[in-house]
Amino acid sequence: MTLDVDKISKHFGNVYANNNVSLSIDSGEIHGLLGENGAGKSTLVKILSGFFEKEAGEIRLNDQLLDLSSPKDSIKCGIGILHQEPMVFLPFSVLDNFLIGSTDQFFAPRKEALKQFQEICNKFDFELDPDTPVSLLTIGQRQQLEIARLLWLDPKVLIFDEPTNAISPAQREKLFATIQQLSTEGMLVIFVSHKLEEVAAICDSVTVLRKGKVAGSKKLPCPQSELIELMFGKLFPSKEIKDIQKGGIQLTASNLKSIEGRESIEITNFEIRKSEIVGIAGIEGAGQRTFLRTIAGRNSAESGTIISGRNLLNGTDYHQRLEKGLYYMPADRLGEGLISELTITEHIALVENKKKNQIIDWEMCYLRAAELIAQFQIQGTPESKAESLSGGNQQRLMFALMPTDADTILLEHPTRGLDIESADWIWNQLLDMRSDDCSIIFSSSDFEELLSYSDRIIVCFAGRIVGEFERNEFNPEHIALLMSGSQI
Amino acid sequence: MHPETIATIIAASSPLVFAVLGETLTEKVGVVNLSLDGSMLLAAMTGFAVAFVTGSVELGFLAAALISSLVALVIVFTSIELRLNQIAIGLILTLLGTKLAAFLGQDFVRQVGPSVQAQAIPYLKDIPYLGEIFFNHNLVVYASLLSIVVVYLFLFHTRHGLELQSSGERPEAAFAKGIPVNRLRYIYTALGGALVGIGGAAFSLDVKLGWSEGHIANFGWIALAIVIFGGWHPVRAALGCYIFGALQIIALRLQPELPGLSQVLPILPFPIMILTLVAVNHPFIRKIGLRSSVIGKIVRSDPPAGLGRPFWRE
Repeated sequence: MTLDVDKISKHFGNVYANNNVSLSIDSGEIHGLLGENGAGKSTLVKILSGFFEKEAGEIRLNDQLLDLSSPKDSIKCGIGILHQEPMVFLPFSVLDNFLIGSTDQFFAPRKEALKQFQEICNKFDFELDPDTPVSLLTIGQRQQLEIARLLWLDPKVLIFDEPTNAISPAQREKLFATIQQLSTEGMLVIFVSHKLEEVAAICDSVTVLRKGKVAGSKKLPCPQSELIELMFGKLFPSKEIKDIQKGGIQLTASNLKSIEGRESIEITNFEIRKSEIVGIAGIEGAGQRTFLRTIAGRNSAESGTIISGRNLLNGTDYHQRLEKGLYYMPADRLGEGLISELTITEHIALVENKKKNQIIDWEMCYLRAAELIAQFQIQGTPESKAESLSGGNQQRLMFALMPTDADTILLEHPTRGLDIESADWIWNQLLDMRSDDCSIIFSSSDFEELLSYSDRIIVCFAGRIVGEFERNEFNPEHIALLMSGSQI
Repeated sequence: MHPETIATIIAASSPLVFAVLGETLTEKVGVVNLSLDGSMLLAAMTGFAVAFVTGSVELGFLAAALISSLVALVIVFTSIELRLNQIAIGLILTLLGTKLAAFLGQDFVRQVGPSVQAQAIPYLKDIPYLGEIFFNHNLVVYASLLSIVVVYLFLFHTRHGLELQSSGERPEAAFAKGIPVNRLRYIYTALGGALVGIGGAAFSLDVKLGWSEGHIANFGWIALAIVIFGGWHPVRAALGCYIFGALQIIALRLQPELPGLSQVLPILPFPIMILTLVAVNHPFIRKIGLRSSVIGKIVRSDPPAGLGRPFWRE
């Protein structure tokens, strides 16, 4: 059996989430779909599941054209999807969940379902009690329930979308064993992930997506640094930035320990000077996010010291650090950076009201918004809501909201998902700020961006800094190796 | 308690049972029909007027079901197609229904019209005690009792019931499983509305005969409260209706002897509802509920997670 995805395209705004994506997968092999967040993996999965309608291209199973205009069609065509977050109903029992969407009979065939359910559970060694409410199950068990349910539908293709994000290592082992067993039985399996080591561990072949396009395919095993090169793109800088005189030390972090969610970091020593740009390279989850957020004060450190200029930042929170000149720009612009329902004018009113006046001077805010829209070339009006702006314009708005006295800018994926024009504009802004003595720390999953704009690159792996390169000694191959956890 | 009193309670509660079951269905699928107080009034008036003009009680019920179903469809249509807020539309429709019923019903005020005829069930009515309680009523009351069973079985034992619940609980996930969420929301909101309408007509053609302005005012709100009290479970909700009915009837019976107490009793249902909600939310009860999904369904007090939340495909 072969699944052919042929020249699929889909765009949002002026950015292609999938651009001419093609892959071909045979049954009996586990095929990895690898890429950083925002590379277009979930768009492709949503097209295969019938949630999104593709704009161009064809999907064929055994040379038969599939019409996937709703999840119902997708299920009918034999495509089963284990969603990133298990699509279960928490108050219902395990058996009820197993039954939903799986039967055509008027009376829910509980006895038959129970028999089937237990058979599947026995086969794959899942320990699930059919009468427990699903809210009591761990995420791993909910996944097992979903897998059992999908198998009852007798699919030909199974897609696992980022299945390991929220489960324990033991459950992961079990999941991998299940996936392997399914594959040997002839199931066509697609394993979608941004985690390199997992793809390397269980996949037989892999397609890497980058910025909505297929960056390349490989048979596995192959050296992980080769996969990193595919994920992170061009290995040479496309632009040469002017080297400028660096100032004194702006920010120091030493013996920093911090945990956020599943990401923990241990940074022995980090320094940045005035007018310096430091890029953080690392695969998603290597600690760069926690590092940036700990410095910004969004996440409190367990131990260690952070000094900015002459201020010891320990014990200060995010707002106090903001006043001291640290500005953090999260990757999730609409989720964390802006308030989606508020207009540009309202954002200005929130940020610029330094005197804490109780009565808002709307006219002033409106004029200020219009001024900033012109200055930052935002495509929108003072009355545009943040959510109605395109990604590039949301990022411009975040720049417009930056306090003018900010001296340390922390950015997470500053140009992810943006068109080239916006990305260039953003870097011109950042370079201007650098000329004004600002220090800039940014994380990125784009080699070209890292190599073009950083004065220095640090490499993160498993929560530690494992490499550091000055601009004149950039060595892309070494960076890729260090990112994959290898030694040079 | 005397069987005749229990029988009276069951009969008097039947309109509320219909309305509460209807609203439970609607909310279970994820739609809030807040217009109950208006749509029941409108249905009571329509039912009476149609029966009065045609002389047919059956046509009266049918018309009541249709009109109330139509009101319910306005809510689901404006929510899905026009993306309007269900609560806001519901409140507007409550006011509209009330005023419309008063205006259109002017000619029927205090008229004597047809009513549902008693129909004892032969043989069954002769069962001692139970016969008097359950089998000596009219078709409306039998239907209300039967509806409880049917709605319960439908919700928890059929595939359609499961799909209905999943659409109200987590519409995205239901859609991912191939369930046409919005179509189900149309169907069950309309069906729920029809039951509410039958409840309205059961007042004007059976329990509280005739029509006058504000004839059954507030019963819609009471029905909405009982749905919450019932934890969105049809049997528990029906029980709520009977407790409410019982306290009203007992108060009526005690009026001659204990006028003070009979003033207090009709108010009692409301503190009882609040206390019950406090009890089922108690950690101990919650823990028991979590252990078994059967008990969990009965003591549950959380609304469907997707209640009032519209679902649109990206």
